[in-house]
Amino acid sequence: MKYTTVHNLQSIPIEMIPVVSYKDFFDTVISLFEEEEVHCVNYFAYPIGNELHLICSLADDRESKLKVLSWKSTSFASVPSLSTQIPSIIVFEREIYENYGITFIGHPWLKPLRYAKNRANEHQISDYPFFKIESEELHEVGVGPIHAGIIEPGHFRFICNGERILHLEIQLGYQHRGIENLFLNSTHLNQRIALSESIAGDTATAHASAFANLWESLCDVQTSQHLLWQRNLSVEIERIAMHTGDMAAICTDVAYQLGNAVLGRLRTPMVNFMQEWCGNRLGKSLIRPFNSFYAFTPELKERLLDIFSKYEPDFNEIWDRMKTLPSLLSRLEKTGVVSRNQMIEIGAVGMSARAAGLERDVRASHPYGLFKETPHQPITKKHGDVYSRTQLRNEEIIQSVSYIKHWLENIPDIEIKDASHATPKPSTFCISLTEGWRGEICHCAITDEKGNLIAYKIKDPSLHNWLALALAVRNNEISDFPIINKSFNLSYCGFDL
Amino acid sequence: MLKEIKIRLHQGSQFIKDVRNVEVPGIFKGRPVISTKNCDEVALVELCPTAAISVNPFQIDLGKCNFCGACAFHSPDKIQFTKDYHLAVNEREALIIRAGENKALIVNKEKRRPEIERFFKQSFKIRQVSAGGDNSAELELNASGNVQFDSGRFGFEFVASPRHADAVLITGPITENMAQPLETCFSDIPSPKVIILCGTDAISGGVFQNSKALDRSFIEKHPIDLYIPGNPPHPLTFINGILDFIGKKP
Repeated sequence: MKYTTVHNLQSIPIEMIPVVSYKDFFDTVISLFEEEEVHCVNYFAYPIGNELHLICSLADDRESKLKVLSWKSTSFASVPSLSTQIPSIIVFEREIYENYGITFIGHPWLKPLRYAKNRANEHQISDYPFFKIESEELHEVGVGPIHAGIIEPGHFRFICNGERILHLEIQLGYQHRGIENLFLNSTHLNQRIALSESIAGDTATAHASAFANLWESLCDVQTSQHLLWQRNLSVEIERIAMHTGDMAAICTDVAYQLGNAVLGRLRTPMVNFMQEWCGNRLGKSLIRPFNSFYAFTPELKERLLDIFSKYEPDFNEIWDRMKTLPSLLSRLEKTGVVSRNQMIEIGAVGMSARAAGLERDVRASHPYGLFKETPHQPITKKHGDVYSRTQLRNEEIIQSVSYIKHWLENIPDIEIKDASHATPKPSTFCISLTEGWRGEICHCAITDEKGNLIAYKIKDPSLHNWLALALAVRNNEISDFPIINKSFNLSYCGFDL
Repeated sequence: MLKEIKIRLHQGSQFIKDVRNVEVPGIFKGRPVISTKNCDEVALVELCPTAAISVNPFQIDLGKCNFCGACAFHSPDKIQFTKDYHLAVNEREALIIRAGENKALIVNKEKRRPEIERFFKQSFKIRQVSAGGDNSAELELNASGNVQFDSGRFGFEFVASPRHADAVLITGPITENMAQPLETCFSDIPSPKVIILCGTDAISGGVFQNSKALDRSFIEKHPIDLYIPGNPPHPLTFINGILDFIGKKP
C-alpha cells in the first residue's frame, strides 16, 4: 500500500505511515482525488535533522477514513506541483514553499502565504507580489490591512471595471503569532490548551475540543462521557451564538436595523449562558484535557432550557419577517455566488461549502463524541449565494437547538480521572477533526521517540475558504463586497496562526 | 410596518440601565482577591500558563493573567476571582494584585494627563487596531455597542479613520507583521492622542509573550494611557474603563 488508513482521533505509530518516492506520492494523491468525496485535510512538512518529512492526509468522507502518506525531501528541493491538477492543494504547497523553500514546479501561484516568522525566505509583507492587469480601462482598489470597523487586519486588492469586480486577491499574514511553534516550545499542558483557545477566539471551544480530544488520544487516555458531552454541547452553543451574530451583521450590511438589533441581542443569552457555566462569554477555560473545572449541573440544564424557550419565538419571528422583505432579499439573493464545482475545486469546507450544495461536515463524515450516537444530517443549500449562507445559518441554529435539547435529556455522570501525569506516546501520529461553526478544524500532532511534540499542525476552515470569498465577489458590484464578506465571516487569525 | 412594530414590542426593554453597578450573571471571573493563607505557592506559579503569578511577595499580575481560573480551582482558599468587572487602570503597576489586599482598581486621576477630561469627556472617538488579536476582544467591543450595553449613549464611539480619532485601542499581542501598520495608524491620529491596550494579549503578550513573531517596540516607544485587562475584556469592563478614563458619569 502507498498509504495507511486511520480514523478520526486514532493514534498510530509514525512508522506505519508509508514513506514513498515523490512520483508514487504524486500518482497516489491524484488517483485518490478522483473521487469527489475525497479532500485534503492537511499537507505539511516538518524537519528531522537535515531531512524534511512531508505528510499528506486525505479525508475519504464515504468511508469515514483518513488516508495518510508521506515522502521525504530536503529544504529548497524542486518537485512537480500537484496544484496543476488539484487546485485545492494550492494553499498547502504555498505554505511548504514559504516555510521550507521547496519549489513546486508549475505551481500557478507560488507566492508567500502568511509571512510566517519561521519562513525560509526574506520576503517582506509590505512587498507582496499582487496580480496585476495592464489596462487603461481597469482600476485597482486597495483596502486594508486596517479596515473600517472593529475587525481583524488583512489586505484586499480589487481589480475593477467601473463598479464591477473582476478580480480580488486577499493577502493575509498580519495576525501571524507563531502559534504552531509555541505549541512545540510550550512546557506544560495549561499553556497549550490556553493557546488552542486563542487560535481563533470566536471558535475557542471548537479549537480547544480539537486539541483536548487529540491530546487524550496521544496519551492513550479514554475521554470520559461527561467531558465528551461538554465539548459537543459547548461547540453547538458556540455555533448558535456565532450564527446569530452573523445574521445580525448581515442585516447591518444591508441597513436592516431592526434585524440587527433583534438578532444582535439574541446572541447575548447564548454567550451569557457560557459565562454562567464557565465564567467566560466565549467559553475560554471550559475545555481542558482529562478534566474540567466546570461541571454541567441540573440548574444549568434548567437555565439553558429556559433561555431556549425565550430565544426561539423571538428568533423565528424576526426570521419570518426577514424572508418576506423584498428590500432585504434583493440584496441577498444571487449576490456573491460560488458554484458547487468551484467549492470542490478549491477544497472548501464547512458551512460555506454546504451553502453551495457540497455536503462537507465532519459531524457526519468523521463523527466524534456524541455524533457517534446522534447521527448528524448535514443541511445543504443549492445556490451558494449570500441568501443561501443566511438560510443555512438559520436552519443550523434550529438544528443545533434540537440536538442540545436531546442531549440535555441524558447528562452523563461526572467522573474525573486523574490523568494529569499522562504523557503522549512516543513516535506517534494523530489527527483530530472537529466541525466548528465555520467548518472543518484539523489538528495534527507527531511525537518523537521520547514523546515530545515534534510537529503540531493546525488548520482552520478559513485556510481553504478565503479563496471562496475571492471567487464569490467576481462580477459583483464592489458595493456588495461587505455583505458577501460578512456572509462568509472568515477568520484572519485562524488562517495566519 | 405593523409587523415591525409588533416585533419591536416583543423585545421589551433590553438596555442595562446602570452599567456601573449591574450584577453580571453566573460565575464571572473578575478582580481576584488573594488571602494571606499559606499554600504551595510554587505549585501555583508552575500552574499558571502566562507567568502571571510570582512569589516573594505572592502576587498576580492582571496584565498577564488570562483568567483561566486554574489557580483558583487548585487553591480556592488562596485565590478567589470576584465578580468585580471594574478592572481598567492607567498605571501598569496597579494591575498587580497582592496577597491580603482587597481594594478596587481605579483610574488614578493624578497620573492622567490633565487635558484628557477637558477634551474628551463629552466626545471620545476611538480607532481600534487588531494587531494579532484572536477576534475575541473584537467580538466583545462590538457587543459593547449592541442594544443591551449600548455604549453609544455615553458619547464615545469607534470611528473608521484614524484622522477622526482621539485614541488608538490595540487588541492582540502586536505581531511583527502588524507593527508598521499600527505605527502608521497612530501617526495619523491628531494630537492630543491616547493609547489604550485592550485585553491581556495587548498588555503583556498573554499566551503569546514568548513568541518570536511579535514586535512590541510600539509599547516601549509610546506612553500607554489606559490598560483594560481581560481575556477578552467584558463589555462592562471596557465601558466602565473608558467612562472612568474620560471622567464621565453615566
